[in-house]
Amino acid sequence: MIEVQNLTKNFKDFRAVDNISMTIRKGEILGLLGPNGAGKTTTLRMLTGYFRPSSGTIKIKDFQMPKDAIRIKSLIGYLPESAPLYHNMLVYDYLEYIAKIKGIDDKEKRYDRFLQLSDLCGLSSIMDKPIATLSKGLKQRVGLAHAMMTDPQILILDEPTSGLDPNQIAEIRDIIKTIGKEKTIIFSTHILSEAEATCDRIAIINKGRVVADDTTDNLKQSVKQNSFINLSLKGASKDTAKTLLKSIDSNLNIKDVEPVEEGLVSFEITNSDDRSDDRDFRSDIYLKIKETDWIIIQLTKKSQALEKIFQELTREGA
Amino acid sequence: MKQIKIIAIKEFKDYFISPIAYIVISLFLIVTGWFFFSTFFIFGRADLRDFFSLLPITFSFIIPAITMRLFSEEKNIGSYETLLTLPVSFTDIALGKFFAATLFTASMLIPTISYPIFISFIGEIDSGPVIGGYMGAIFLAAAYCSIGLFASSLTRNQIVAFIIGCALCFTLTILDKLLFFMPTKIIWVIEHIGATSHFTNISKGIIDSRDILYFVSVIFIFIFSTYLVMHEKN
Repeated sequence: MIEVQNLTKNFKDFRAVDNISMTIRKGEILGLLGPNGAGKTTTLRMLTGYFRPSSGTIKIKDFQMPKDAIRIKSLIGYLPESAPLYHNMLVYDYLEYIAKIKGIDDKEKRYDRFLQLSDLCGLSSIMDKPIATLSKGLKQRVGLAHAMMTDPQILILDEPTSGLDPNQIAEIRDIIKTIGKEKTIIFSTHILSEAEATCDRIAIINKGRVVADDTTDNLKQSVKQNSFINLSLKGASKDTAKTLLKSIDSNLNIKDVEPVEEGLVSFEITNSDDRSDDRDFRSDIYLKIKETDWIIIQLTKKSQALEKIFQELTREGA
Repeated sequence: MKQIKIIAIKEFKDYFISPIAYIVISLFLIVTGWFFFSTFFIFGRADLRDFFSLLPITFSFIIPAITMRLFSEEKNIGSYETLLTLPVSFTDIALGKFFAATLFTASMLIPTISYPIFISFIGEIDSGPVIGGYMGAIFLAAAYCSIGLFASSLTRNQIVAFIIGCALCFTLTILDKLLFFMPTKIIWVIEHIGATSHFTNISKGIIDSRDILYFVSVIFIFIFSTYLVMHEKN
């Protein structure tokens, strides 16, 4: 569907994107992950034809950028970062303008599409409002409706959830997942859990280079499981609890953490780094604590796989 | 072609959504109306010559104010990115915005049609120079709009765009009064670059292909420069 080869973009002396090559298949949801300033937005801007690449080729379907730029632009629905829209227009007028310029000439068809989009993006109550008066989340939704106007085969979303409240983030993610069943979606984010939850494939970008590019599951398996256990106890003292836990296995690392509630003691327990097995110590901990008169308030296991990969790959000087 | 029309209509409507349009139109009518009618009854001539002779100067300040937002505003709020990722070409965008601004200046001239109508009540008015004058005014407005468009494409700051536009338009307006300072060898070229003499010819009712060619060339040069700037900044 999308083929990118040796894509490079220089801004004067600064190389924002450095020799990126990747292929994106039809129906894939690709997450572009990276710290701020890694070159995510620049890459997306080149894919959508806003920036001209300094070198390298972009091929989308059978069209070549920049030769068939207009054809490509009509294939892609694009939501730029923070959805820059025309502030003085009404939402309805704006959508109508976009629909016309994207070639939906028939009035009936336009109207039907507006109804579908307003259902999907929840716009029905704001159609008659000026865009300038909308909150960030609502603007983002209008931007999303803009991107999906012609039901494009490829959707490119630049940080679609940045600056939104948790409810709105969940809504946007649902929308991405729903439409992602049939469409090719590329979206950028710096929120790891988001990429993990929505993407089939993740590409991590740092300093303009792709440092990892694989399916979400493969990426997670590629590092040693770095899981840890959160334990909170009631009625125990720190030191005695620590000694008791040490007696399960001397290789356990036990770290004090801020108690989740007043009157508790909390620990973060990790398996020592040199151990290769990923044994689950939760049952051992439970059995040990059962012997005492302490009460377990919290005993949860968390995995940190993606965080660890991300930190390793994007650390300063890496 | 269709895209140009859609962009032009959108930009034209935009003028009337914000108060800019009404402010600029009122300002234009007050300034031209005052300068024209304050001496009108003293001279007692039933024509619009004084009105048209003022247009190049007023236009060189009013038109950059109209065109300054065309690109600068979009670049400033970021909608330029939205615009460029729509299926439109650079030419569509530049021409669409150019036609919108020209159309707006033309609509600004519509209320002034009441002048010749009133004058025709108090004296015999020669319709030739009036029609020629309006034709010339449209050509002049179109040329200055293309200059303003170019100025706006250079920067994201509307005030800078306004000043660059004013400087360019004003230079073209007063150039034939500055011939005095020019070296004699190049006077014959400079003489033709100024806009005022070409406009005056048309507004006398003399439609000469050379004058029309002059305005068309100015429009072409500046729209093409706008295209080049867009291409270069992309």
